[in-house]
Amino acid sequence: MADKLTWKDMQVGNIVTEAGSASFRRTGDWRTERPILDKEKCIKCALCWIYCPDAAIKPSEGGYYEADLYYCKGCGICARICPAEAIMMMEEEEK
Amino acid sequence: MSRRVALEASHAAAEAARMADVDVISAYPITPQTHIPERLAEMVADGELNAAYIPVESEHSALSACLGAAAVGARTFTATAGQGLELMHEVVYVASSMRYPIVMTVCNRALSAPLSVWGDHSDAMAVRDIGWIQVFCQNNQEAFDLTLWAFRVGEDPKVLLPVMIHIDGFHLSHVTEPVILPEQEEVDRFLPRFHYPFALDPNRPMTHGAFGPPEIYSEAKLAQEVAFRNSKAVILQGWREFGDIFGLYYHPVEEYRTENAETLFLTMGSFTETAKIVIDARRGKGEAIGLISLRLWRPFPFEEFRRIVKDAKILIVFDRCISPGMGGPVFSEVRSALYDEEPRPKVVGLIGGLGGRDMSEKDFDYVISRGGEIAEKGSEKMLETVGIRGEMVGIGE
Amino acid sequence: MEEKFVRFGKNLVTTDEYLAAGHSFCIGCGEVLALRLACKALGKKVIIANATGCIEICTSPLPVTSWQVPWIHTLFENTAAEISGVEAGLKILMEKGRIPERDIKCVAIGGDGATSDIGLQALSGAFERNHNFLYLCFDNEAYMNTGIQRSSATPYGASTTTAPAGKFSIGQVTRKKNMVAIAAAHNIPYVATACPSYRFDLMKKVRKGAGIKGPAYVHILSPCPTGWRYGSNLTIEIGQLAVQTGIFPLYEIENGRYRLNADPPKLKPIGEYLKLQGRYRHLTGEQVQIIQEMVNGDYAALKEKVAAFPI
Repeated sequence: MADKLTWKDMQVGNIVTEAGSASFRRTGDWRTERPILDKEKCIKCALCWIYCPDAAIKPSEGGYYEADLYYCKGCGICARICPAEAIMMMEEEEK
Repeated sequence: MSRRVALEASHAAAEAARMADVDVISAYPITPQTHIPERLAEMVADGELNAAYIPVESEHSALSACLGAAAVGARTFTATAGQGLELMHEVVYVASSMRYPIVMTVCNRALSAPLSVWGDHSDAMAVRDIGWIQVFCQNNQEAFDLTLWAFRVGEDPKVLLPVMIHIDGFHLSHVTEPVILPEQEEVDRFLPRFHYPFALDPNRPMTHGAFGPPEIYSEAKLAQEVAFRNSKAVILQGWREFGDIFGLYYHPVEEYRTENAETLFLTMGSFTETAKIVIDARRGKGEAIGLISLRLWRPFPFEEFRRIVKDAKILIVFDRCISPGMGGPVFSEVRSALYDEEPRPKVVGLIGGLGGRDMSEKDFDYVISRGGEIAEKGSEKMLETVGIRGEMVGIGE
Repeated sequence: MEEKFVRFGKNLVTTDEYLAAGHSFCIGCGEVLALRLACKALGKKVIIANATGCIEICTSPLPVTSWQVPWIHTLFENTAAEISGVEAGLKILMEKGRIPERDIKCVAIGGDGATSDIGLQALSGAFERNHNFLYLCFDNEAYMNTGIQRSSATPYGASTTTAPAGKFSIGQVTRKKNMVAIAAAHNIPYVATACPSYRFDLMKKVRKGAGIKGPAYVHILSPCPTGWRYGSNLTIEIGQLAVQTGIFPLYEIENGRYRLNADPPKLKPIGEYLKLQGRYRHLTGEQVQIIQEMVNGDYAALKEKVAAFPI
């Protein structure tokens, strides 16, 4: 995206006027493992939500908290700290 | 009613900042600039100026605080000299590339080592490439006038660039001269309020200072250079508007008795006025000699400069610092600016006035004579100097 | 109203995110977690000045930004000076009626390098001038963004690339510079330590610091999987162990008065914390013991300071 811009496209002082414009970046591509939620075990405590460094876990239907795979980098913090052991890290398959 | 008062250039600059109703002053004292932050502090303490005065703990922080203040839309002013300008060296590049219209007075001071608090142009020549609009003042009136003009031009929405005003350390900063101060009403007519379109504001969150990966840095730099070159139009407009209101018209290159001049002498800063006396004397004896003074230093006034010198046979450039291994910096630039011109004068350069060494009329007389000799017969010296003890023949290559 | 918050017992934590996802922090990064929590505590009415470092690089790659609050980065060592200008500028512009008067908190963010090394002078100046700002130091204990070079915040015995453990070296031979004490020595109203593993404590302290009319400093331990060399999923645990072993105690200094927020009756042995991190793996049992004694000594000294102010 950056390599299509000409000098004319640069904003004065290179100021970025659109807040949060980096959100198009699919950091989910970094992943080698993904979190899988077992809703039977989940106690909806939201610890995974608050401890996700990437804010990739989001409130989902039914009061659960699930990973947005667009962003989730697969760090495994959620699985590690879940008090109900409801999250398991599963290896991404070769594509 | 405008008033004629006796002011040091330092105090003239401070007075201009006051009349411009500057919002934030962030400065660190350093000889010979000290009278500027002192005078401004007095003004704030006595309620003559309603500004935030930040007594920072170093020059690096002085200019850094200016960046923050400008980023929220404040009219910002600072001043420094010599080592102080060096200490803020990395910050000056940021001010211009982030397009913050800060105004700074520099009381030109020689760079260490050895330590020198006295004047020369080595601090100015060390910042040629920083992307600030830069002017040199010849006298205290200019120290006042060009400060007002600097806010007008730097803050113009088509420009948004910082401006540096060079005044000779001690020779101007500490010398009292008559200065004509305008009415506040005239200043208010000349200088619109600063409106910064990208001010940091929670209602419109923006990011200032994102980093530039290789895919984009070049384009960013080109955009900056285009904006810098384009500022020339507003620089000239600013001087026109200044003349229309205050009656004094400034130009990028000042000409003094250049009509039919065969020899031209180029100086910058306050020594110009001493040199003018020598020009008068020589003209009195029938010599076809004139003087030009670069008032606008950056962006370099190529057009005006080339036009003015084209008919001269000899151009003698006087530098007040040495660019090590290279010679006189202004001399080098001026010669380069004329390289493609046809016809062009023969350009020669001499160096003097370092570290506070004064230049008398006799010294300028020597420079002009010697310049003529070099133009005719060349030079065997490693460096052509004036007023510096010790032989220069047989040194170097 | 309920949808905008997540309920943790009595605490409501906003679901607003002030840093957009899609940023390029390492997986499992403790620093961005701490930043995320701090931003939730700060809200929208802020202007953030950010030093060069992990946070700055991972959030602001031209031509886009992760930031959803006003944000400025200029250089590495001048953040405190920069925020001084922002603060003074806002104040005078409001006073002169140029901009509408409202509450905008000035916040400066820097890593340990920007804070206790290259930016220490500017920070000291900003404290001394009594600007109204909150300074958050995100301490991952080295210059992590440029590849794990040592800083004055690197703890004794840790290996970094410019003070590596080797045949003739234990790694860092000096003790961690006490930035918290340096901040407190400026007699500013509020100084605190925090750790993202203790999420509510961190958010409370950031909020408290933001509410101070004057300088406030919060020093936040930021566990770093890349630089401390541990598996990315251990960030929360490692932060907990840092507190539970006493090597990074949680405390506040309010107008010079020390208060310990968590005082475990028995500190866990420091080995439990060190053994999880590759940057300490070269340590011998003896060296671990030396570190244990250092921790014991520092903790005892802290407790003395706390005891001087009985509740």
